[in-house]
Amino acid sequence: MIGARAMRRARAGGPWLLPLLVTAVLVTLPGTPTSAQSAAGAQSPAWAQSPAATAAPAPTATRPVSEQEVYEVAAQLRCVVCQTLSVADSPSEMASQMRGIVRERLAAGETPAQVRQYFVERYGDWILLAPPRRGFTLLVWLAPLVAVLAGIVIVAIRVSGWTRARRPPPPPVDAAMRERIQRELERET
Amino acid sequence: MKRAWRWLVPAAAVPVLALLAYGFTLNPRDVPSPLVGRPASPFALTSYDGAKLQLNDLRGKIVVLNFWASWCYPACYEEAPTLERGWRAYRDRGVVVLGVVIQDKEEAARKFMTDFSLTFTNAPDPGGKVSVDYGVYGVPETFFIDREGRIRAKHVGALTDQTFAETLEPLLAAAGAPK
Repeated sequence: MIGARAMRRARAGGPWLLPLLVTAVLVTLPGTPTSAQSAAGAQSPAWAQSPAATAAPAPTATRPVSEQEVYEVAAQLRCVVCQTLSVADSPSEMASQMRGIVRERLAAGETPAQVRQYFVERYGDWILLAPPRRGFTLLVWLAPLVAVLAGIVIVAIRVSGWTRARRPPPPPVDAAMRERIQRELERET
Repeated sequence: MKRAWRWLVPAAAVPVLALLAYGFTLNPRDVPSPLVGRPASPFALTSYDGAKLQLNDLRGKIVVLNFWASWCYPACYEEAPTLERGWRAYRDRGVVVLGVVIQDKEEAARKFMTDFSLTFTNAPDPGGKVSVDYGVYGVPETFFIDREGRIRAKHVGALTDQTFAETLEPLLAAAGAPK
């Protein structure tokens, strides 16, 4: 009964509720490329970088580096010639050279974070496939959360509205009715 | 109450639309280089003539560092004569034009240099180390490095005589010009 009433109310009062929920879900789907994300990525401000562009020291000492280690760093970097692929996934020669540089720097004893920083200092935040969680690009991380929270709040408000809906009070049970119920109950048993 | 709800959804769409509209004003291919204004990364290359090249040896000179490849048609073909003309026009004023050849076969690069009668120095970049050090996205890209070894400008795409001169003149006019 409540379901049918809710449907009626939804049709009458809130035709926008369903599209809104669908949008909220779509926005939060992992891996859904939002245009905000690409806009934010291209917009990475140059002044957000660390001030000193340190000259790259020629890596010297070497330690064995596994494919997995190279992959983990390369997967975070955007291929500069193909843009929609990571350095790990791109078959381009540029990406192959970048993987070589990642391997070399890891072998020289740099941490994955230092190797990433090396690329960020040269290409800006643009090179990172995941936009940094600060400044303008923080929006990309927060917007889906805000959308989900707003959705939950709206649903909660609507649902509580439906369940608190004024039902007509039950008709008073008079003496005759009470007697009839009693009789029928006895006949049942 | 109902009335307020009705306005809420369009109102919520406004910031999203504003963000998208802002995104449309940006050129996704135009990526600002964080390197402009910073000291240029030192490099050591061996030119096709066998000469050892080090950026540090060029301190006190203005360096025009051009990244190119023979497969980069047409942009690199368009700007090759400009670079050669620029090199000839400015070499006596303390300007060095240096070509860095990326991801190319030596034979093809040598043919390119012969075809355009390039007289400035060119060197291959095995492993792409110099390219990545300079944050190169593609070819052609040109960096203008001042006498103190600082990157002062980056040009993406084919250079024209006008851009070449307009970028170089302020660097030449800067203090420290050799008499």
